[in-house]
Amino acid sequence: MIAHELPSSPARSTGPALPRLLSAFDEQSGGATRLITHRRTYPPPPAPRRHPAESYIAAIEKAGLRGRGGAGFPTGRKLRSVSEGQGRRVVVVNGSEGEPASGKDQLLLTRAPHLILDGALLAATAIGGREVFVGVERGKVDALRAIHHAIAERVHAREPMVPVRVVELPARYLSGEESALVHLINGGEAKPTLTPPRPYQRGVGGGPTLIDNVETLCHLAQIVQWGPVWFRDQGTVDEPGTMLLTLSGAVGRRGVCEIPIGMSLATILASSRPKAGGISAVLLGGYYGTWLSAADARVATMDNATLRRMGSGLGCGAIIALPSGACGLSETARVLTWLAGQTAGQCGPCVHGLAAIAGGMRDLAAGTASLRTLESLHRWGDQVEGRGACSFPDGAVRLLRSALKVFDNDVAHHVSHGPCVAAAHPPVLPIPAVEVASWR
Amino acid sequence: MAVSFRLRVDMIACDGRGLCADLLPERIRLDDWGYPMIDPTSVSGPVLEHARRAVAACPVLALKLDAIKGS
Repeated sequence: MIAHELPSSPARSTGPALPRLLSAFDEQSGGATRLITHRRTYPPPPAPRRHPAESYIAAIEKAGLRGRGGAGFPTGRKLRSVSEGQGRRVVVVNGSEGEPASGKDQLLLTRAPHLILDGALLAATAIGGREVFVGVERGKVDALRAIHHAIAERVHAREPMVPVRVVELPARYLSGEESALVHLINGGEAKPTLTPPRPYQRGVGGGPTLIDNVETLCHLAQIVQWGPVWFRDQGTVDEPGTMLLTLSGAVGRRGVCEIPIGMSLATILASSRPKAGGISAVLLGGYYGTWLSAADARVATMDNATLRRMGSGLGCGAIIALPSGACGLSETARVLTWLAGQTAGQCGPCVHGLAAIAGGMRDLAAGTASLRTLESLHRWGDQVEGRGACSFPDGAVRLLRSALKVFDNDVAHHVSHGPCVAAAHPPVLPIPAVEVASWR
Repeated sequence: MAVSFRLRVDMIACDGRGLCADLLPERIRLDDWGYPMIDPTSVSGPVLEHARRAVAACPVLALKLDAIKGS
């Protein structure tokens, strides 16, 4: 009777303070939290229905949850749009973490698969969804094993649920792009398609499709369990809750941590044991993100309202601290070269533009660029922006522009005197080995 | 209520033949690699005929003219 009622009584609004998501990990085993352990805290999602559950959607809207995959779109609004669509509604869990500097989604998949599945099944209940797909990158063996095992545990425990299928995604940056994900599930290649229609309108099987990042769905499950008021205890008014960060670069404590949104970046860096010698800049949001100068990093807080004013953003929560001895231009050149190779090869401005930008950036890093090269880089950025079928090339342009701005002194030095001493520094930003992965 | 039009290019289908920029220089320029950059302002009046011709001439059907509601 009360399957769609939220546990809203104050007595049950006593979820964990901090950490929240990481509290779902089984510290004793160090592996995936088992179903029996998970169910001590989280009740099974109610049996699925064909009709959307308004109370769930309203709770997520009230909580103000925003997607944690990078775009930061309001999850409640997405749930509502999909729930109002006509056709067979479907949930897709986006576990593709093509961002080399991010590891939080894989960690959640490996350690807390049941929290993700609860979130996905609750989202399915919210929208009246008939099926759940979980997309995980091929080769992420631990994540795949954990999610398959978690599904098997539920089947064995006879928990009522809509069909849940795991989809292996090609190990490519673009596999997580929403229209590419839908195209792959529909039997095509994992390449973006022309939008509109967007997946929430016509997605998997032509039906309205909810695509959410794994971390987003974990928050959703916790909101259903402890309520929107609890959720808003952390974070800012506009961007409530906690978020996972993946820290790397010139810090002693690397890896995933959980912070309330709005926390001071300086505090985060200080508590992750910065390496002696200091930090010259910070890359926020991974390779789809932007550089932040050391001066901005000292005063920044980790919320989009603040970061947007600095020309940056949270993105997927990846933070790389650039050590003072490294050259930001050389690092950016390597990343842009890798990004150019990740194009789906469909749109001319992306194929040719990103290759040109990467080449110009390599020249700049090597000290062989002229002022004309610099002019070309700016022009190519303008010509590429907004001209792909998807927003992938826009990310590369954003990274380029932030590099030219944050490292403007280095740009001037490289153009007039050749490469700086730091250009010989060993690479800091990780570049995945180039694989000949297929598009299927 | 007048109907006006806006040009749009399906960048996945486009392979940069460049005919459109020849036929409609009023609204279409080519980028450094020969792909069309479309002026997003609406198309009406005498330019509309040229726009229709450019759309019809695209050999890969990548150029489109969408009707937009005007007031």
